Amino acid sequence: MAERIDEEVQVVYKNPKPLFGIIKRRPKYDEEGHLIYYKKKKLFKYNRVNRSFGGDLTMFAFLLIAGAFMAFPLVYAISQSLKPLHELWLFPPNLIVKNPTFKNYIDLFNIMSNSLVPMSKYLFNTIFITLVGTLLRTISASMCAYPVSKRQFKGKNFIFQIVTLSLMFAAPAATIANYIIMANLGWIDTYYAILIPALGNSTAMYLVKQFIDQFPDSVLEAARIDGAGEFRIFWQILMPSIKPAWMTLIVFAVQDFWNMGSTIFIYREELKTLAYALSQIAAAGIARAGVSTAVSIVMMIVPVITFVITQSNILETMSTSGMKD
Amino acid sequence: MKNKTSSLAKKKKFENLDLIVFLGPFLVTFFTFTVLPVFISLFISLTNFNMLEMPEFVGLANYQKLFLNDDIFATALQNTFILALVTGPISYIICFGLAWLINEVPAKPRAFLTLLFYAPSLSGGFGFVWQLLFSGDRYGYINGLLLNLGVITDPILFLKDPNYMFGVCVVIVLWQALGTTFLTFIAGLQTVDRSLYEAAAVDGIKNRWQELYFVTLPSMRGQLLFGAILNVTGSFGIGSVITAVFGFPTTDYALHTIMHHLDDYGGVRFEMGYACAIATLLFVISFTMNKLFQFVLGRIGK
Repeated sequence: MAERIDEEVQVVYKNPKPLFGIIKRRPKYDEEGHLIYYKKKKLFKYNRVNRSFGGDLTMFAFLLIAGAFMAFPLVYAISQSLKPLHELWLFPPNLIVKNPTFKNYIDLFNIMSNSLVPMSKYLFNTIFITLVGTLLRTISASMCAYPVSKRQFKGKNFIFQIVTLSLMFAAPAATIANYIIMANLGWIDTYYAILIPALGNSTAMYLVKQFIDQFPDSVLEAARIDGAGEFRIFWQILMPSIKPAWMTLIVFAVQDFWNMGSTIFIYREELKTLAYALSQIAAAGIARAGVSTAVSIVMMIVPVITFVITQSNILETMSTSGMKD
Repeated sequence: MKNKTSSLAKKKKFENLDLIVFLGPFLVTFFTFTVLPVFISLFISLTNFNMLEMPEFVGLANYQKLFLNDDIFATALQNTFILALVTGPISYIICFGLAWLINEVPAKPRAFLTLLFYAPSLSGGFGFVWQLLFSGDRYGYINGLLLNLGVITDPILFLKDPNYMFGVCVVIVLWQALGTTFLTFIAGLQTVDRSLYEAAAVDGIKNRWQELYFVTLPSMRGQLLFGAILNVTGSFGIGSVITAVFGFPTTDYALHTIMHHLDDYGGVRFEMGYACAIATLLFVISFTMNKLFQFVLGRIGK
C-alpha cells in the first residue's frame, strides 16, 4: 500500500464522493493539500474511519435480533430453573416463569449435603484441576509457541507441521490408545492422567503461535540488543503484548476443565469432579426435573465469570497496543 | 582467537539449553499423549484387539471389512459428509460474520454481545431445552404451537422421524457453532493494527466492505486458518451434540456419524482394532478436507 504514487492519492482525496448523499460537510485540507479529517455522521462515538450511520444502525439491529435467538435457550433454562413443580409441567408452557422460586436450587443443595462423599470434596477437586490444568496448559503452550514462531533452530518447521497435523485428528478418536499409555505409565486413577497431558495441548500452542506471528520482530531485536535474555523477553515483552491470545486460552481451558465430568481415567469416588457429581444428581429422571435445570445453571457460573473477566481484560489491552513494524 | 570461539560455542550451548526449557514440557507431553496415540491406534487398526487378550495381527482385514462389508459405515460416512458440508461452511461464515459485526460495536455493548453469542458454548449441556422444544408429543413446544395454530393435526416426532431429524440437527449444530472459532476471531480482530485502517483510508479504501476484504481478512490470516482447521475437524468429528439430543443410536441410523460408529465399536463392542481403523479413516478424511479448505483460504485478499 505504501508504494502507491502520490498523484493517485490526491485524485482520490481531493474529490471525495459522498456515499448515498448522507455527507454534506466539505472535506478539510491542510496547507499542503492533504486531507485532514473526513467527518461522517456516526452512530457510535468512537474513532474509526470508513463507517456510515445507516450501516452501523442496520448492523446493530441485526446483532440484537440474532442475539435474542442465541440467548433464547439460555434465558429459557434460567426461567425453567426458577419454576415451581406445577409450572414445569404446565400446558401450554410459560416461556417466562410466573411464580419464581428458588426451590429447585434449595433442593439441589439439600441433595448435595446428603451425598456419600462430601460435596466440598468434589468442589475442591474441580477447583484444583481447573486451576492447575489451566495454568499448565497456558504457560507450556505459550513457552513452546515463542521459539517456534520467532527463533531459528533445526526442526522448527517440523514441530509446527506436526502440531498442525494433530489438530486435524479428532481427539476422541485417540481415546483407546491414550488409555493404553496411561495404563502403562501407572497413571490410571490419579490426576497425572488429566494434568500432565494439559502441558501438551496442540490447539493452545497453535493458537498462541498465530498471535505471536503478528508481533513485530523489530521489538524483539531491540530488546536483544538492549541485553534482555530470552526469558525476560518472553515474560516482560511478549506475554503482555499477546494478552488477548492467552486470555482466550484461559477461557477455553477453564471451560474444558470445569465441565470435565467422568473420564475413563478416574475411578475413585473421592477423586471425581463436581460436574460428575451434579450430573449424577440430575440423572434421576422426572423426579429431579427441576433440580437438573438448576444443575446446568450452577455449572455455568464459573465459566461465565471467567469469560466476563477475561473479555474485559482483552478490551483493556487493545487500547494500549499500538506497536508496528 | 581460540578463546573467542570457545566462548561462542559456550554461548551456543547455552542458547540450546534455554530452548530445551522453552520447548521441553510441551514437546515431551505432546509427543507422548498426542502423537504416540495416533501411531498406536494406527498399529491397533491392523490387529484384532479386545483389550483383554493380546492383539492379533490381521493386516488390512479391518479396512477391508470397513469398506466392503459394513453397510452402516457407508450410512455413517454419507451422513457425516452431508452434515459437515452443510453445517461446516455455514457455521464458519456465521462465526466470522458475527465476530466481525460485534467488533464494529463500541467496547461496552461489545462485551455484552460477545457474552450473549458465546453463551451456548459456555453452558455446554442445554440438551434438555432442545428436547423440550422438539419433543414428539403434544407437550413439545413446537408441536403444541403448531397444533394450536391448526397447522398440523398429529404431533410430529421431530427427534425420531428421519424426515425431520436432519433439519432439527442442523439448527442445533448451528446454534452451538459459535465456540472456539468465534472467540478466536474476536480476539484476532482486536489485535489487527489500528493504524493499518487509517493508512488504508488514505490509500483510498471507501467503506467497511473494502476494509474487510483488503485489510481485516489478510491481517488475521493466522486466526482464519486456525478457525478453519478446528471447524473442519469439528464438522467431520460431529457426534456428541447429536447423542445429547437425539440419543444413541438414532432411528434407522438417520444421524449415525463416523464418530458414533467409532463409539459403537470402541466403547460398546470393544472391537478396538476395528474402531481404530475407523479413527484412522476419519483422520484421513479430515486431513484431506483441511488441505482443500486451506487452499481456498490462501487466496483471500491477494
